[in-house]
Amino acid sequence: MNVLPQLLLNGVILGALYALISVGFVLVVKGSGVINLAQGELVLLGGYVTAWLLGERGLPAVVAVPAAMLLMAAAGLVVERVVVRPLENQSMLALLMATLALATILQGLVPIIFGSEPRSIPSPFNAAPVSVAGLQVPRVNVWSMGIALAFIALVAVFFATTRYGLAMRAASDHRLAAQSLGIRIRRVNAIAWAIAGAAAAFGGFAWGSVLGVDAGLALVGIFVFPVVILGGIDSLAGVVVGGLVVGIAESLATWYVDPLVGGGFGLVAPLLLLIVVLLVRPYGLFGRHEIGRV
Amino acid sequence: MATTAVLRPQLRTSYRQERSALASRAGRTRLAVVAGLFLALPYLVGDYSLDLVNLVAVAAVASIGVNILTGYAGQLSVGHAAFAAVGAYGAVNLVGRAGLPLWAAVVVAALIAGCASLVFGLVAVRIRGLYLAIATLAAQFVIVWVLNHWEWVTGGTQVAASIPAERIGPIDTGTVQGRYYLIVGFLLICVVFAANLLRSRCGRAFVAIRDHSLAAAGSGISVFRYTLLAFFVSSCYAGLAGALFAVNAGAITPEFFPLSLSISYIAMIIIGGVGTIAGGIWGAAFVTLLPVFLRDGLPVLGIELTSELVANLQLVLFGAAILVFLVAEPGGLVQLARRLRDRVARWPYRTPAPDAYLLDGNERGSR
Repeated sequence: MNVLPQLLLNGVILGALYALISVGFVLVVKGSGVINLAQGELVLLGGYVTAWLLGERGLPAVVAVPAAMLLMAAAGLVVERVVVRPLENQSMLALLMATLALATILQGLVPIIFGSEPRSIPSPFNAAPVSVAGLQVPRVNVWSMGIALAFIALVAVFFATTRYGLAMRAASDHRLAAQSLGIRIRRVNAIAWAIAGAAAAFGGFAWGSVLGVDAGLALVGIFVFPVVILGGIDSLAGVVVGGLVVGIAESLATWYVDPLVGGGFGLVAPLLLLIVVLLVRPYGLFGRHEIGRV
Repeated sequence: MATTAVLRPQLRTSYRQERSALASRAGRTRLAVVAGLFLALPYLVGDYSLDLVNLVAVAAVASIGVNILTGYAGQLSVGHAAFAAVGAYGAVNLVGRAGLPLWAAVVVAALIAGCASLVFGLVAVRIRGLYLAIATLAAQFVIVWVLNHWEWVTGGTQVAASIPAERIGPIDTGTVQGRYYLIVGFLLICVVFAANLLRSRCGRAFVAIRDHSLAAAGSGISVFRYTLLAFFVSSCYAGLAGALFAVNAGAITPEFFPLSLSISYIAMIIIGGVGTIAGGIWGAAFVTLLPVFLRDGLPVLGIELTSELVANLQLVLFGAAILVFLVAEPGGLVQLARRLRDRVARWPYRTPAPDAYLLDGNERGSR
């Protein structure tokens, strides 16, 4: 049996989900220039919040997922207020370390709040797999992928057409100039973090349905970096393409290379890809060519 | 302006003073006290305390290394735990297979770790910005994966690689006291090496790059070469720390070197003091001893917590400590202590001590 089409399809689904969590990262880079090392931990928190609303509160998914996204958007605002804003006049290095601190805090706080036993997210879709061109795909994956792409499209439209989208683009172009034109940088930052939080909630839901919700969920945050480096660190289109490439690379590496070298190469392959991209095309596929050599 | 880590007004009247490592009498006195304490400590405290000193010293070697990279050259690495792992397995194999004496194996292992780090450093350092953080994140996972799968080096997963005790002259690494002299001896060498590196041409180049990389390039400093040098030296320190960790622990597995260890190295320098050598040591002591305090101290205070809760609480405290120090006291414990000392020395006057904006953003417009 030829497994290649199935592998590619799995890769595309994985890739859409990677793209989903990377959107939050890219927005924060665009809005406030901060490289957020805590995106995976935000996804972890989002997964637990969703599992709590769906499982313990027993809300239907139509209510629970948007509610989780709202809660996580609020969490994003808190992060902006507590972590980012006090350091707004400090160097990028300080902000980078602050997001590392945020990651550490969330890693400890999430199990304290929600307990450490793994949870499952009850799937709101029926269990029968969908058949696509003769290939079997779990229904929840198809839905997750569809909603992920829709979410990314929504963010892209927001960015291209609304006043706040314009303000964010201006802020990422030149903070000082944007500020002098009356753009409220703080509010722009806050919105970027709120959307990052919402994206993390949805990412937590989508990934949690596939993997289950436990501390390992934060590990998907690692994949954000190959995705955004490949796509260009501040490009939304790049996120989708980068996500797909990384998803397919992981899927192929897991099937073809793992048996040769032992398990876990699926995680390593995207990271090696990251190093190669940094070597040959550091601004990625769609990034602005501003990145210079030292 | 972030120029040097000298926080008090220090009057220097000649270039000889400026370049000398021990300009003041207080400095020379302190050196004598440290040397005396180093030799005498095993006779003053018990095995348990000495073991803690060893742990702190191993961590301090790594955090001084991280501080060279982050505090002086202004780049961040989240892969130092992996470089420590390379050093640890390097030492194990150099002793076990190549039959090198322990002290030589430890030094060579540190250099191997430095070379391993260059694979990732060469790629990331030539790009302007904080790309080293992302490349070293990849390094952390790639290296640990390789160690887990390269059975020739590590003996395979779930198998501990061990390093036998050895006699180096009067030092027997089978005892806590022997390990103390080996580890803390290396720490002192590291401190002296770092102090000399940082007060010389290299150190000034690092600081210039950190403060304004374009201006540094304009002054004829090769940003690429010096940033890479800082990263190499920093990774060698991590490798040395890993090798000493292996000696101290006796047996190691790749699980000893997770991402969280890399992050705790960064926590050490922020808590202790970014851009000072003493800060690395204080931070290492704080971060190493906090879990001990939580484990042993809280029950004494009548607070009983499960070990899992303590582990999670510890993460929250580390993260919160990093944030609080970043916002409130970017100079860390060292700066806090200096501030207190100045306050006492100047009492009852309240002359504010000059602030150290070690992480000040000089390239604010480019954010």
